[in-house]
Amino acid sequence: MLRSTASRLLANVRVAPKAFAPARAFSTTAPSFFASATDASEKVKITLPESSFEVYNLEKPSLELEFSKEEMVDMYTKMVTMRRMEMAADALYKAKQIRGFCHLCTGQEAVSVGMESAINSADQIITAYRCHGFTYVRGGSIKSIIGELLGRECGISKGKGGSMHMFSKAFYGGNGIVGAQVPLGAGIAFTQKYLDIPAVTFSLYGDGASNQGQVFEAYNMAKLWDLPCVFVCENNKYGMGTSAARSSASTQYYTRAGYIPGIQVNGMDVFAVHQACKFAKEWTTSGKGPLVMELNTYRYGGHSMSDPGTTYRTREEIQHMRSTSDPITGLKQHLLDNSVASEAELKAIDKEARKIVDEAVKEAQASPEPDLKEFWTDIYQPGSEPQMVRGREPGESHWY
Amino acid sequence: MTFLATSIRNAAPLVARRAALKQAPVALSAIAQKRWNSNSVEMTVRDALNQALEEELSADEKVFLLGEEVAQYNGAYKVTRGLLDKFGPKRVIDTPITEAGFAGLATGAALSGLKPICEFMTFNFAMQAIDHIVNSAAKTHYMSGGTVKCPIVFRGPNGAAAGVAAQHSQCFAAWYGSVPGLKVVSPWNSEDAKGLLKAAIRDPNPVVVLENELQYGLSFPMSEEAQSSDFVIPIGKAKVEREGKDITVVSHSRSVGFCMEAAEQLAKDGISVEVVNLRSIRPLDVDTIVKSVKKTNRIITVEGGWASYGVGSEIAAQIMESDAFDYLDAPLTRVAGADVPTPYAANLEGYAFPDTPIITKVIRDTLDKKIGA
Repeated sequence: MLRSTASRLLANVRVAPKAFAPARAFSTTAPSFFASATDASEKVKITLPESSFEVYNLEKPSLELEFSKEEMVDMYTKMVTMRRMEMAADALYKAKQIRGFCHLCTGQEAVSVGMESAINSADQIITAYRCHGFTYVRGGSIKSIIGELLGRECGISKGKGGSMHMFSKAFYGGNGIVGAQVPLGAGIAFTQKYLDIPAVTFSLYGDGASNQGQVFEAYNMAKLWDLPCVFVCENNKYGMGTSAARSSASTQYYTRAGYIPGIQVNGMDVFAVHQACKFAKEWTTSGKGPLVMELNTYRYGGHSMSDPGTTYRTREEIQHMRSTSDPITGLKQHLLDNSVASEAELKAIDKEARKIVDEAVKEAQASPEPDLKEFWTDIYQPGSEPQMVRGREPGESHWY
Repeated sequence: MTFLATSIRNAAPLVARRAALKQAPVALSAIAQKRWNSNSVEMTVRDALNQALEEELSADEKVFLLGEEVAQYNGAYKVTRGLLDKFGPKRVIDTPITEAGFAGLATGAALSGLKPICEFMTFNFAMQAIDHIVNSAAKTHYMSGGTVKCPIVFRGPNGAAAGVAAQHSQCFAAWYGSVPGLKVVSPWNSEDAKGLLKAAIRDPNPVVVLENELQYGLSFPMSEEAQSSDFVIPIGKAKVEREGKDITVVSHSRSVGFCMEAAEQLAKDGISVEVVNLRSIRPLDVDTIVKSVKKTNRIITVEGGWASYGVGSEIAAQIMESDAFDYLDAPLTRVAGADVPTPYAANLEGYAFPDTPIITKVIRDTLDKKIGA
């Protein structure tokens, strides 16, 4: 399904005959190259390929959707910026400026960008350790993300969390224990229901984590109590080096909750992800209970920086995915075919993204390491600390 | 496991304890006794916990209770009796038997702004969920640079019960007590139970409340102050339950009762025992222990958990690292659970945990310099 997505997508796109004006102003990180607000808000109709969705015990969402040109450019800008950011992280890691673990989402950009485009700040997201992209779309600045990777004061977690533990508004990280974030996500959805907040929580996990027992425990409670939770299996085909088929008795992850309806989505297509998340939000907030969503995607790099990613899959497979299913190339083709932006304008966005990331890296590198006093903060909430926390020897202990 | 079995098991010690309590006021002056009688009431640990839960559920809409059998069944040990009727199914929630799942869900609710009380039917089952207590609850505040908060209480009976064999008879004080980011309390009597549980619910950090099943049915006096809905016991402060000058006995949970009995018996022989009830495992009130050792020059520790790497071991290390070391006239001895998986047979089980005679013996041995002489 993934391999021919980009080409099939293109065949199904058509431009909306008339623009809608005036429209609300969208904030975008893209350079403002629209001639007018009317131009920016002009709608483009997209028809998704039939193969975008497979469903389990529910009706397929509509394949027809509509975006303003500005929204489309915004998605593109976020995706190229995210990729540039991960490339910068890759380089910094190889330059030994990033310590420990580092899991990049290169190739999986449509997942976070598509999801973010369909929801708002009342909706919540929690994911595992491959969290840089989500931190960014949920409002974390590139400087704060790179700063966190570098272990600097400007890091989004003050340099105390690192690659796997980034949090931002309406985003709960950033969990390094495979599968643990899934019931946590159900708990966040529990809060939404408890407080009557008409919003949804997306609780993400990988194909590897999908076999953890607590995932099924969370399914069960979410269905029992009709929690507004979408369990999202971000299926990038490999849990570390173990392919989905070698780890999972059923690789139809969207059907695996049994009593919870599911939807499988082409996770390399940002429009399909958008439509599925919008559908999921409507589903869960209308009291129908939870949903399972499988987003089929692919990571170009290894599991982490220490994994070349080529011992359990072929270079040809990776190259094939890059050349036929790349989420950025697919979106770019839409933008060109619908005259949303010209090749030159998109190049300008690419260039700008590179500049923004390069500057953020420089700023993050200029940020000092965290002050030593931060060593002792945030263990307990301010004012509720114990009298003293022990250092390596009694003499190093810290008194509050 | 069931309440019925528990109450039957508790019947004998309950009588014994009441008998012991009758003797306690003898030490008080007539006036003090009169005041004590007029303002105090007797309350079981179970009812004290129930009162704490009820008061805190009433005080804050964001507080809710979940766990196995907490609602319709009224609690496996009846600690949550009546709470479903009073607060309804939105706030008193029966969970499926999936500890990892519901502890994770409760933690997620705490991260997103609620104040869950997560009951484990016993802490033995919380081992299925310990990842969420340690990795999800205790560490997230630090890992997020202080942006995400986790006000949650994990509570339930801990330590050995009676006749339930190895898998249901373990103390986890040392386990949770070693984790930065957690607070851990371990009540002994009814005032402890109410005051510490209320403090735990109000604390903005994750708190583990280690109750003891065998204490649930025991009655203790509740002072007028403790009967108030404002009553909280500060976490991190030990209580000198009985003042003495010859030796310090530091203990927590059920073992405190045996220490008090041992002290009472030894008093008849003119031995003055100071009993320190830790109340909090983490933070540990080292100051109170050190102060007591400086007065008595001798110390033993008593706990139901295993000695290895245990609460007593930590106290020994704290003494070694403090100036109290210079005041010791005898080595510290740990009285603890035997280093054995708990056996079922009554006679064998009797050898597994500290009781009054063994505490009395070790106190005498320490004073007689039989230890370390």
